[in-house]
Amino acid sequence: MSSRTTRASQPTEDEIKELILKLQALLPRLNHRPNTKASASTILEETCSYIKRLHKEVGDLSQRLSQLLHDSAEFVEVDEELITRLLSNIN
Amino acid sequence: MNSRSLLLSPNPNSLKSRFTKGLLRALSRINKHRQQPRSSREIRKRHRLIKAAAYGSMASSVGNRRAWSRALLWKIRNQTRRGYAATRNIGSSTRQLSMKKRICDLQKGNNSKNRVEVGGLGQVDKLRRLVPGGQVMHTCSLLEETAHYMKCLATQVKVMTRIVEVYNIP
Repeated sequence: MSSRTTRASQPTEDEIKELILKLQALLPRLNHRPNTKASASTILEETCSYIKRLHKEVGDLSQRLSQLLHDSAEFVEVDEELITRLLSNIN
Repeated sequence: MNSRSLLLSPNPNSLKSRFTKGLLRALSRINKHRQQPRSSREIRKRHRLIKAAAYGSMASSVGNRRAWSRALLWKIRNQTRRGYAATRNIGSSTRQLSMKKRICDLQKGNNSKNRVEVGGLGQVDKLRRLVPGGQVMHTCSLLEETAHYMKCLATQVKVMTRIVEVYNIP
């Protein structure tokens, strides 16, 4: 509609609301009941805390990996079989 | 049945595959270069290297397709550059100035046009700080980038968890 030329500078309320609802679908704590709409501020708040949690998990996993590297004498070389094995259980 | 066979042969070009390969390579490199760290300072340094490798591999796997990955790659490249050439301040500082100007302009624009329903601009600001490159994005782009960033982070965590599992068993 009018959105093409003005999209960058004047996002409509509806566009923003739609994007926020899409976020709800990605949040594990909020999408148990996908039909109920959480408020925009709840979704944003949950998004922030979810991202912070993920950052923390990456930090913890990095620390764990660092310990594993420390403990093991050598690290296995990268190979296709290893990667396939690694990924075969993740969906 | 069908889904199981899909699981067994992951798409080699998928984001997950590229990320895993990149991260494993980086881990091999980190492991080769370092002697077994003795001091806690060296252990902390290796922890930081691994964390940087994780984010770097993820950003590389996404490439230039996303604003957040571009921002992250730019930051990583700049950190490396700063480490090499302390004398070449001109290039990086003018870039920093133009970034700051973009942030100011954007904030002016955002403040006047977006005092909308978005339950408190405070939360959008919080989000801007969490997503790489978020400071210079318009609100719409920020929300789109956030969705993609969250998915990639979740993938990152899954893959790293799996790597830890595999290497945990000697």
